[in-house]
Amino acid sequence: MRRIVRIAAWLYALAVYGFIFLPVIVLVLFSLQATSFPIPPFTGPSLRWYQAVLSDTRLTSALVNSLAVAILSSAAAVTLGFLSAWGFARFTLPSSTLLRGLITLPLTVSYLIIGMGLLVLFNWAGLPKSLLAAGIGHVVINLPLCFAIIYSQMGDHQINIERAARDLGAPEWKVLLLITVPVMAPAIFAGFFLSMTFSWDEFVISFLLTRFDTTLPVEIWNLLRSGLNPKTNAVGSLVFAVSIVLVVLFELTLLRRTPA
Amino acid sequence: MSTVTNSGRALPRAGRALPWALVTPALGWTLLFFVLPFIAMGFSSLTAHDGGGFTLANYSQFFTDPSYWRAMVNSLQVTAIVTVVSVLLAYPFAWILAEQVPERWQRLALMLAVLPFWTSYVVRSYSWLLVLAQNGVINRTLTGLGLVGEPLQLANTRFATVTGFVHFFVMLLTLTIFANLKQLSPSYRKAAADLGAGPVRTFLHVVLPLTLPGIMVGAFLTFVLCIGDYITPQILGGNNELLMPQLVMMQIGRRGDFPLASALSIILMAVVTVAYLACARWLKIERA
Repeated sequence: MRRIVRIAAWLYALAVYGFIFLPVIVLVLFSLQATSFPIPPFTGPSLRWYQAVLSDTRLTSALVNSLAVAILSSAAAVTLGFLSAWGFARFTLPSSTLLRGLITLPLTVSYLIIGMGLLVLFNWAGLPKSLLAAGIGHVVINLPLCFAIIYSQMGDHQINIERAARDLGAPEWKVLLLITVPVMAPAIFAGFFLSMTFSWDEFVISFLLTRFDTTLPVEIWNLLRSGLNPKTNAVGSLVFAVSIVLVVLFELTLLRRTPA
Repeated sequence: MSTVTNSGRALPRAGRALPWALVTPALGWTLLFFVLPFIAMGFSSLTAHDGGGFTLANYSQFFTDPSYWRAMVNSLQVTAIVTVVSVLLAYPFAWILAEQVPERWQRLALMLAVLPFWTSYVVRSYSWLLVLAQNGVINRTLTGLGLVGEPLQLANTRFATVTGFVHFFVMLLTLTIFANLKQLSPSYRKAAADLGAGPVRTFLHVVLPLTLPGIMVGAFLTFVLCIGDYITPQILGGNNELLMPQLVMMQIGRRGDFPLASALSIILMAVVTVAYLACARWLKIERA
């Protein structure tokens, strides 16, 4: 009986792993396709579609745009999130629960609606579509995340260290820069990298709020109009690789926090 | 104003200004770029596309035009199917990872299980298109083996949309359910065993009820993310059957009709809010 359960469990797990990896394997495999269609039979391997991606200036400039938006918007989100988390965790503010709820509220609203709202607002205010507009949207979606991560990590341990610093005469700004930021560094990095991956991947807000200069997911979306195309496979595989790097960095910062 | 830490101990005097200076930028950002846009959207939804004053026409259009209704019904059906199927697939998987896989391999097994979660969302949907297309992997395999004569119509169907969604949410739910199972103290299971319960009874009466709140949080997250998503239904479902987000985007893309798009967005958000209130008592997210 035990054996049967074990074997069934293994088979089930393998089937789910298969389901999870099927599209990724197909994507990467046919990005190495030599012919013009990413469909069986496989005739590779060839790197011609990767060359095509790297010599496509629209894709490469979209990639640079995506990185810039991801880095800058994540830096803004993590800064705002950290300062507010510190404020709420260290001081008693009137209607603190309500205000904290307000900051985390965007987490419950879909990106489409956040993007729509900004589109209507910017349109009404006469602001043109731009990467800056998309970046503002990315801060809106990532700020609550950074706040939640950092706020949840502010425990008594850190409070005691800060108290010690204050007792020794450090002014608040010194406590913040020399004590709180270094002590909270793992949570800050985790918030930053998670924001990076979300911004890097975000489509609908960028789609609504940018026009000519746009981000990589939007440019990939434009590629999809040409149907199944090995070039899309190649750029998709490259994006996947970048995301994996970000996730590994995120994992490492998390691992560093948990004492082994 | 007293400055007291969350653990109840008083801090040395810090002026009134400092705490507000810390939280105001984040609050201001949220008010300016989240609350204000929402208000703007509300106003916009109450105006006519071709200018003019206050009107409820955008809302009445939704409630009277059956094709608009249809999109909402489709969205709710797809979301319900996706949520149920994803939970049913992910729970046993998370259980196997947490209970059957040796401790030292668990972290790796889990990381592998959610690796494609981090692929670009657009790319992931496109990858399913490669699998499901007329001349894609599945159809080529089936016709190659002689199992079907004609390629099956898999892409541009509700089945494709659901498959793409389930793929994403199985990974998400595996993460949340796994975390839940691991947080369960082993002493509960020992106590159940000491009291004479077999593994099946222990699972049904102890493990399952204790992990139910976690499942509810995961299911709610699935609901919210699924019903508001434009990419998966647009790439995999095509235009044969429209879901709400596709309808919203269509108003902007084809006709530039912001008021109607705003009204539809607000209706969509109202549905999510109702769902939130319906399961609010299971969704108490606490500070760690």
